[in-house]
Amino acid sequence: MDAIADFLSAYSTLIALVGVNALLALSVWITLYAGQLTLGNAAFMGIGAYVSALLGRHLGMPFPLALGLGALAAGVLAVPLGLTVFRLRGVYLAIATLAFGEVLRVILLATPITGKGQGLNGIPPKTELWHIFVSCVVVAYVLWRVQGSTVGRAWAAIREDETAAASQGIAIRRYKLGAFVAGALIAAWAGGLSAHVTFSIDPNDFAFSKAVQILVFAVVGGLPNVAGPILGAALLTALPEILRPLKDYRDIFQGAILLFVIIFLPRGLVTVAQLRRTRRLQKIGAADVA
Amino acid sequence: MLLETLGLSRSFGGVRAVAGVDLVIAPAQVFGLIGPNGAGKTTFVNIVSGHLRPDAGTVHFAQGDVTGLAPHVLARLGIARTFQGVRLFKGLTVLENVLVGRHARMRPDALRRLWPRGAPDLADREIARSLLDRMGLAARAGALAGELAYGDQRRLEIARALASEPRLLILDEPAAGMNPAESSGLRGLMRDLALNGLTILLIEHDVRLVMGACDRVAVLNFGRKIAEGTPAEVQRNPAVREAYLGAEDVA
Repeated sequence: MDAIADFLSAYSTLIALVGVNALLALSVWITLYAGQLTLGNAAFMGIGAYVSALLGRHLGMPFPLALGLGALAAGVLAVPLGLTVFRLRGVYLAIATLAFGEVLRVILLATPITGKGQGLNGIPPKTELWHIFVSCVVVAYVLWRVQGSTVGRAWAAIREDETAAASQGIAIRRYKLGAFVAGALIAAWAGGLSAHVTFSIDPNDFAFSKAVQILVFAVVGGLPNVAGPILGAALLTALPEILRPLKDYRDIFQGAILLFVIIFLPRGLVTVAQLRRTRRLQKIGAADVA
Repeated sequence: MLLETLGLSRSFGGVRAVAGVDLVIAPAQVFGLIGPNGAGKTTFVNIVSGHLRPDAGTVHFAQGDVTGLAPHVLARLGIARTFQGVRLFKGLTVLENVLVGRHARMRPDALRRLWPRGAPDLADREIARSLLDRMGLAARAGALAGELAYGDQRRLEIARALASEPRLLILDEPAAGMNPAESSGLRGLMRDLALNGLTILLIEHDVRLVMGACDRVAVLNFGRKIAEGTPAEVQRNPAVREAYLGAEDVA
């Protein structure tokens, strides 16, 4: 037990980061599973972080309530945004959602209450490791169960063929919006948790590079099931730490590992046991994400 | 009347793909819609199934005006269709394809599934399996849809359409790529379904299949209906012969 306690205290920041990143990867998994490439989750994370931190600071709101309202704010904002951007598909959808993130960054940079470019400092460290752990377990379980439901099948059908899906009675726009809003809620929840780990946040924490990073976690891990995003986030977050002994060669090895995964496991780490299925899917030219 | 279109029109640029088509389809019959390539058959079907909006005209289905409704709404009302050139969910299994086809008739079960011991869709899976059985696909239930042979894919698409328990089934060139045995099996299936009260709108090039399966046939040419009647009447119609012989051989 002592060994575990020592490990937890030595690596608590890293473990917290793995958990937060797993939540973020799960948040983008939902839209990817429905075949929609959206890159707005870093911005939703930012909304959750700022809203929960500000509510705690200025209104003295209890932590769980502030977290919940932060997630809710992102979820509510995701509705009109989703209704607008889901007129687009593919890279256009990705660019539109990235643009949303950029708009948010600029607003944060210009607004006094969010501390402009300085961001917010001195956010109390209210997040415990178990908060993050429980959040991950709950989100992963719910998504896993939803995947096998009528909703999950509708998402998969939209990914495979939108026109045919509509003919089966699936309200395409509503299901895409549902996936988008669910992703926003989870990303913002993760943002609130992470803000109360890291002490300070600033607008650049939630910009382009974060959006891409979240996407990479999910894609490298794999999209066929919820284990993929979790595994991808865990590996890519821990990798710099694991490779620390390599010193100057660290980045090279990290890049090589990424390349290796993408070339030999194009459907992600979790598909390592399903290479035959991957080949079958490629042969029939199925939608390539899951 | 189950389906009634009045003055249905749709243009693409300067081309009038469908030009004022009136069509009345009675319940429990197989209605054939034929015509040379580019006659506007698929455009007509896309309007009826909600994938295209008409420029003018109305569509009545089961006594209600359904003009311009979205495809998913029409699916819920009871219009199911297959597509020219098969549009399956290739990366999903055969069984999953049929289950998606049943979407409109299933209760959303995402919330009930949060309880770990629930299997709320057992009855629907049973129905899906019996449909696969009927189509001779039961043994392939776990295969990926994209892996099936072409004729099997066609039958799976029909099974998926039937899973929604439609009142009108639109088949857009279902026999394309089928061998004679499969095609005659399809004819038997259509007669059987019509006997059980389903209405079928069949778009087809295979004249033998149309003549053998249909109760009534309408002929489109350049977006207009040029003839309608029993298969025998249509076959004798000089305007039909001219339309076909100008474009392609009748038989």
